[in-house]
Amino acid sequence: MTTAVHHPDPAWRARLTWAAVFIALLYPMLAASEFKPWLLFDAQSLRAAGMFLRDFLVPAHSTEFLAMVLRETWQTVAIATAGLTLALLAAIPATFVISERLSISRLGTGRVHPFAAIVRQALRWVLMVLRSVPELVWALLFVRIVGLGPTAGVLAIALSYSGMLAKVYAEILESSDAHATDVLLANGSGRLPALLYGALPDSSAELVSYTVYRWECAIRGSAVMGFVGAGGLGQRLDESTKMMAGGEVATMLIVFVLLVALADLVSRFLRRRLG
Amino acid sequence: MATYRLRGLTVRHLTGTRAPALHALDLTVRTGEQVALIGPSGAGKTTLLATLACAHRPAEGELEIFGQDPWQLGQAERHRLRARLFLAPQAPPLPPRQRVVTAVLAARLPHWSLWRALASLVRPQDPDAAHAALARFSLGDKLYARVDRLSGGERQRCGLARLLLSDAKALLVDEPISALDPALARHTLATLRQEATERNATLVCSLHQVDLAREQFARLIGLRDGRIVFDAPREQVSDAMIAELYANEQVESRPAAVHDTPDQIAVGACF
Repeated sequence: MTTAVHHPDPAWRARLTWAAVFIALLYPMLAASEFKPWLLFDAQSLRAAGMFLRDFLVPAHSTEFLAMVLRETWQTVAIATAGLTLALLAAIPATFVISERLSISRLGTGRVHPFAAIVRQALRWVLMVLRSVPELVWALLFVRIVGLGPTAGVLAIALSYSGMLAKVYAEILESSDAHATDVLLANGSGRLPALLYGALPDSSAELVSYTVYRWECAIRGSAVMGFVGAGGLGQRLDESTKMMAGGEVATMLIVFVLLVALADLVSRFLRRRLG
Repeated sequence: MATYRLRGLTVRHLTGTRAPALHALDLTVRTGEQVALIGPSGAGKTTLLATLACAHRPAEGELEIFGQDPWQLGQAERHRLRARLFLAPQAPPLPPRQRVVTAVLAARLPHWSLWRALASLVRPQDPDAAHAALARFSLGDKLYARVDRLSGGERQRCGLARLLLSDAKALLVDEPISALDPALARHTLATLRQEATERNATLVCSLHQVDLAREQFARLIGLRDGRIVFDAPREQVSDAMIAELYANEQVESRPAAVHDTPDQIAVGACF
């Protein structure tokens, strides 16, 4: 009689343990965030919400108001685009530095040169600080320095988004197949050409879609920053909310939906072109 | 002058147990020589080629490439040396979404400025050279096709077309014909050898097709378990030596090894 030989997956125990740890961590988080969804269905809350929503039913649509919304929308798009472009100028070089994939000292030894590792880690910390300060706080800071207006919004987006973009770009590049880049490096090509010719072709669609998504976030972000006086549609939204003009708020929210839909369209088009 | 001189060269795996992959190899390859590397799977052929390409640092022993020990050089100088060696790995290193012309022209990257490399992404520099290289592997019509539209065999030859565009003086080719039919395989090997002869470059080629290796290469190196079993001109390599090289002692399974935990895990797996 033969004894049965089993081949259990060596990973399954760890997998189960981590799942249990995550679930155990989730409960204290729900408690700490005072998550009480049943408050939503309280009679008093429902009445207040109903009053507010009734005003929304007829969006403001006077020509004068629409012209103003259009002007402010243009400014919002401009803030988001300028902020994102500035962020890209900082994020793209930072990506090249922090991406371990492009280490030449790692080639053949499997170990990165200590100095290179320190530079990489230092830049990672800088990026972490840039993105861990919320853009709203950056905006408040810049409103103090450069005064009310769009400049504060542009700078706030540029700073916090450069941190996010560089981190995610580096991660997208590192999660693509390393073979092509490694072979180019092994055959003597430079870091940047190896990235451009080895990793970019297969990551470009993902990089573009993340960038367009961030542009969308920047539009939303500029709305929030408008509340602290950083210009654009957000500032008008703040004024209309304070005047309890539900119709005007509704119009501006529709504009936001349209902008997000536009970003979606652009992203889909670009992905199809690059796919 | 010798392209390669190895004395007691031991090479360890870079990850995991760091077990030796090659044990105390002694080997000299003269300039312009054409050598076939044969041996069973896992013998260390790929590791040897990577070591010869400066893509794998040896643990002990002496390694000289063009008369220099690459690991004594500074990093920048060693990287310049890598441009004089060309490693063509078994799996063609071509990004699926890249166009063939770009993938082939990537051979020129070590000699291009960054601006030239960027410009070539927009408008390929020297597409005629790429076409000529592809045409030698009868792939001329695929110049502007995307890599993922090519068949496995076409991809493999596309990777070799890149070799033709490099100006390396040592060509290290890992199983260049594993995805090709016999007729194409013979033609491909002949093209590689012709190219090496024309530029007086050293050619080291690992092969699983022993018959072709004996037919095409004057010198054969048999590698097994990280050791050189024989290193002789083809006239001195007998069928018995080949049979012994590939003799399979592993019919009964090895003692059950504890499953290794991989260093890198596929997306979706969690540890």
